[in-house]
Amino acid sequence: MLEIKNLHVKLEEEDKVILKGVNLSVGAGAVHAIMGPNGSGKSTLSYVLAGRAGYEVTQGSALLGGEELLDLDPEIRAAKGLFLAFQYPVEIPGVGNMTFLRTALNAQRKVRGEDEISAGEFLKLVREKAKDLQIDAEMMKRPVNVGFSGGEKKRNEILQMAMLAPKMCILDETDSGLDVDAMKLVSQGVNALRDAGRSFLVITHYQRLLDHIVPDFVHIMSNGRIIKSGGPDLALEVEKNGYSDILSEEA
Amino acid sequence: MTQALDTEFELRDGVDRETVEAVHAMSGNYKYGWETDIEMEYAPKGLSEDIVRLISSKNDEPQWMLDWRLDAYRRWVMLTEPAWAMLHYPPIDYQDQYYYAKPKSMDVKPKSLDEVDPKLLATYAKLGIPLKEQMLLAGVEGSEEPRRVAVDAVFDSVSVGTTFKDELAKAGVIFCSISEAVREHPELVKKYIGSVVPPSDNYFATLNCAVFTDGSFVYIPEGVRCPMELSTYFRINAENTGQFERTLIIAEKGSYVSYLEGCTAPKRDTHQLHAAVVEIVILEDAEVKYSTVQNWYPGDENGVGGIYNFVTKRADCRGDRAKVMWTQVETGSAITWKYPSCILRGDGAQGEFYSIAIANNFQQADTGTKMIHLGKNTKSRIVSKGISAGRAQNTYRGLVSMHPKATNSRNYTQCDSLLIGDKCGAHTVPYIEVKNASSRVEHEATTSKVDDDQLFYCRSRGMDEEEAVALVVNGFCKEVLQALPMEFAIEAQALVAISLEGSVG
Repeated sequence: MLEIKNLHVKLEEEDKVILKGVNLSVGAGAVHAIMGPNGSGKSTLSYVLAGRAGYEVTQGSALLGGEELLDLDPEIRAAKGLFLAFQYPVEIPGVGNMTFLRTALNAQRKVRGEDEISAGEFLKLVREKAKDLQIDAEMMKRPVNVGFSGGEKKRNEILQMAMLAPKMCILDETDSGLDVDAMKLVSQGVNALRDAGRSFLVITHYQRLLDHIVPDFVHIMSNGRIIKSGGPDLALEVEKNGYSDILSEEA
Repeated sequence: MTQALDTEFELRDGVDRETVEAVHAMSGNYKYGWETDIEMEYAPKGLSEDIVRLISSKNDEPQWMLDWRLDAYRRWVMLTEPAWAMLHYPPIDYQDQYYYAKPKSMDVKPKSLDEVDPKLLATYAKLGIPLKEQMLLAGVEGSEEPRRVAVDAVFDSVSVGTTFKDELAKAGVIFCSISEAVREHPELVKKYIGSVVPPSDNYFATLNCAVFTDGSFVYIPEGVRCPMELSTYFRINAENTGQFERTLIIAEKGSYVSYLEGCTAPKRDTHQLHAAVVEIVILEDAEVKYSTVQNWYPGDENGVGGIYNFVTKRADCRGDRAKVMWTQVETGSAITWKYPSCILRGDGAQGEFYSIAIANNFQQADTGTKMIHLGKNTKSRIVSKGISAGRAQNTYRGLVSMHPKATNSRNYTQCDSLLIGDKCGAHTVPYIEVKNASSRVEHEATTSKVDDDQLFYCRSRGMDEEEAVALVVNGFCKEVLQALPMEFAIEAQALVAISLEGSVG
């Protein structure tokens, strides 16, 4: 599904290299987790994949379903099935959550040459998905993320994910700012979306999210590289011993 | 939950795909930049007493009207152009333009719309303004009655025609061009003209008093709720010609009317002057809603051409509990100088002002309102949204004045500015005077930028850059867009997007 090869990235504005040769292959239907200390480049990786400005790819490639992603505008990547759940979802005052969702969905459909979703069909879909995430009508009426609690923002990200039905989902520290109950709810939402045609890249600091969203593979990232890969046990090891053991092992 | 979701969906808040489609379907930024090829009759270039006399005679005016104009003209030549606004433009040569331009085919006034020059009818058809009174089919089964809007169409210096006149007359409503009103209803015009914006008011208003050519006249009798919305559509077509329209609206006790105004002009390299006056008289318990979508040609992306728009609009709430609501969407003009104001004279009178002012490229806007509280328990509300992009400068200028007798009065002002890019400017200049101890004035102001995070967030969900900007900006303007009548709101929403085309990236 996602094939990252020797990805090198620096900041556009300053001479700071952040990713120094990332290699990662995520198969269809697989859930991969990336863990690592602060500043290791995890969030940068997610932004670069989604197409945020301010980064310069100096080397390497990232293929989605065999097609190069890095040359495409963010909206085209989205239409091709890439989705990033933001660590800090952005507020858009005055724009109803519902309008935002419908505009996004129709924009993607248009790029893919599909017809706009009918009003009735859209409503039916939203109601169904919102219910699972315990998002009520009131929250759908409010402007996008404005005045949302941390938990509401993250649930809203998952709702967008469910509505847009991407092939490759990247979750950037979705657990940050969540209490235990909210984390369970969000994880349930994610797990409900797991299927053979949809892959996940879950970025997190902590192992606890991975208790709920159980990954197939865990990777440790440090200083712009993936330094160790393994199964779910690797996350437990980090939880128990911290990153320092693995880092010194590598050094 | 189901119910609530349905309601929300119907509201169509923010921007939707249709809007953006509409934007993409239009070539270039300005949709109305074409001109009508039609034979025109001009007054000689320049301004003098003779020109004032000529305009008056063209309109078959009585002596009192001519005298009024001449008084204004003699006053105007003594005045100097105001310079306090944050607007920079080369001196206007008042002698280097025409003050009267009329299509030749309008020489003999058409008796009905059927007799109007097909070229003029085609012009309005192309602008999307219905000059035929046929009922529009609503299309949806069981929907409410189709909305009808009466139109007065002003082309350069003359009114081409007014629709639904007879039907409105049955309700006692007078809706006609001001030139016709001067001839047919002199007692009303004489009583009210200049009573809200006197000829001595300001440089541009005085000029208008001398040379106004046409505009609309509305009279709503006591207790009548106007059976349909009224609108005037102003079109500047002739080159090098100023448009000086004058509108007078009188709402008798307990009456109601909603009035819409639209304006466009062809793309030209030279600047053209537009100096209008709108006067509204509102008596006891009457209510007037006045909505404007101002879309004069704004000039090109290098600041060449565009309309100079100097407008004086004022409503006088003379009776107790009289209400006025100004809503304006100002997207056009190279220069906008406009402060639709409310005189809250009657006790318990209410004034509201909702404004979206968009300035892109080299446009300059200095706009706002004046709320003059004279009566007891009067209330006013100001919601201003200024959007600047390109190298534009956008100023909100507003006065809230609580006079000594305006006890227990209130004002709330919210003034938000949005910046797109880093070469534009937003300025807020509030003037507040409170001369009694029981009144309350609140002012809130914010300035924000359409930030890259918002745009990236929208794009990462599939919207392209223009759609993302339109969505964010429409969200910013939402409170004002909601104050517009439905059809206008959709048009305005699309216009917001078009006006900002090319402002990012």
